[in-house]
Amino acid sequence: MKGKLSAQFIRRLVLIVLTYGVVQLLISVNIINDYLQATLTTICINIILAVSLNLITGFTGQFSLGHAGFMSIGAYTCALIILKNPTIPHFLLGTLLGALLAALVGFLVGLPTLRLRGDYLAIATLGMAEIIRILFINMDNITNGPRGLSGIPRFVNWTWLFIFTVGTVLLIRNFLNSSHGRACIAIREDEIAAETMGINTTWYKVLAFVIGAFCAGIAGALYASYFYFIKPDIFGFLKSVDILVMVVLGGMGSISGSILAAILLAVISTLLQSFSEIRMILYALILIVIMIFRPQGLLGSKEISLSMFSRLGKFFAFEKEAK
Amino acid sequence: MPLLKVHKLTKSFGGLTAVLNVGIELKQGELVGLIGPNGAGKTTVFNLLTGVYVPTSGNIILDKDGVQQELQGMKPHRICKAGVARTFQNIRLFKDLTVFDNVRIAMHKNVQYGLLSSFLHLPSYHREEKRINEATMELLKIFKLDGKKDEYAKNLPYGEQRHLEIARALATNPSLLLLDEPAAGMNPAETAQLTELIKWIREKFNLTILLIEHDMSLVMKICERVYVLDYGILIAEGTPDEIRSNKRVIEAYLGEDVGDV
Repeated sequence: MKGKLSAQFIRRLVLIVLTYGVVQLLISVNIINDYLQATLTTICINIILAVSLNLITGFTGQFSLGHAGFMSIGAYTCALIILKNPTIPHFLLGTLLGALLAALVGFLVGLPTLRLRGDYLAIATLGMAEIIRILFINMDNITNGPRGLSGIPRFVNWTWLFIFTVGTVLLIRNFLNSSHGRACIAIREDEIAAETMGINTTWYKVLAFVIGAFCAGIAGALYASYFYFIKPDIFGFLKSVDILVMVVLGGMGSISGSILAAILLAVISTLLQSFSEIRMILYALILIVIMIFRPQGLLGSKEISLSMFSRLGKFFAFEKEAK
Repeated sequence: MPLLKVHKLTKSFGGLTAVLNVGIELKQGELVGLIGPNGAGKTTVFNLLTGVYVPTSGNIILDKDGVQQELQGMKPHRICKAGVARTFQNIRLFKDLTVFDNVRIAMHKNVQYGLLSSFLHLPSYHREEKRINEATMELLKIFKLDGKKDEYAKNLPYGEQRHLEIARALATNPSLLLLDEPAAGMNPAETAQLTELIKWIREKFNLTILLIEHDMSLVMKICERVYVLDYGILIAEGTPDEIRSNKRVIEAYLGEDVGDV
């Protein structure tokens, strides 16, 4: 059992390092050019956002429409810090502080609103995100109001992106595979039964909310330090919906589904660049078609695992033989 | 001091009094029935005992190994930690989770690792998970569900879903188990089997059991004492034989005797 576990661990480690190395190589020989690098950054940030929202909505069952609000807190905190002190330690400090602040707001908002259920919670979280956005618009002397902050130094490169993305995904995955994570899933399944089985449902709902907000704060900080420019409107209602679309498309309750959806949507939107006039129509059409044929999301609540690939490999080998 | 002492328990929903001045005493190790016609307030009593409802007035005192705790007004998860577990009349399993996970989740209150360990999978995580998994398998074996551990709970046949609910309740390591119509929807053979199972788990887990049941064959066979509830009021209490011949109980079930016309 122990040997098997460590073999699995090594295989995972190899896969992670390989992914990092291959992309780093492609960047250094300029096959992934600046434009594709921006797409890559978007993908990574979206993965963090989608996986963390999935923890709240897909796994714990709390419908939240305020994820962009948490993201903006991380983005502004980090931006303000590195605008003053443009060094890498300050970038890391800004990211951490942004994430902590987002988590704090998540805690303060979550405590009263998580008593609400379903649509009511969605409206409350939507309201919270709007309040945050309007605060940023009105705190003119700090945030430069609706004009936003520009000229933010860029510290985010592939290495940092990779560390933060893999880090958050692994931490959330580990959490969900623990008794604490299962407590969250039980709340989604049946709140009364969960509470009767000794699970402090309020605590775990707030906890999922806080962890999700923390990760969204990280994503915001990465966004600010890559794209030079942030303004309150970037983190509006539509951004929250974008993230929710990824979660639903990938499958509520599937981490790999969220990752897949984040990648897929970025790829689709990149491929559609050449049809600029009808791009959004095609994008929406693709979403509609996917949801008609896979209403439970691309992966449902299943996860992609390495063993699945080997099975898939055998399946295709079999197909070839049949031909 | 009895294990559970319920004193003058009352619950009103607006103008409707669902339960009025109910008093129940359970001694350690007893198996007691709670019966009554439909709408008598039996499940309301369970909901009050487990904290799903907050009583309007009255006391619920649990005496576990000499430590007394007042349960009224406590949150359900605290009551569970105090040692009360239950099943539900309209089965409330975690339907989209596996049989294994259903039981494993209920062990949560005894899990000995913190959040940090759950994020980083430290040694304490592996040690505890191993312990939980083994304890879960042991429970599933008792209920003959070990062969179906990876099945989704919703795909189990009805009788096994009832068994799984009892297994899940036992996973919380209770001293008092409340069973809400465990035999509902079962055929006579299944009921007989369940009767044996309930007797057996009481011995094995050193439980005190309070059960609501409509199936009189089960109640009369295994309950040592029976409480009868009608319109939210206790109308009788006694051994199954006493209850069977109690005039008020017969009236409650069959209607009042009009007498000779």
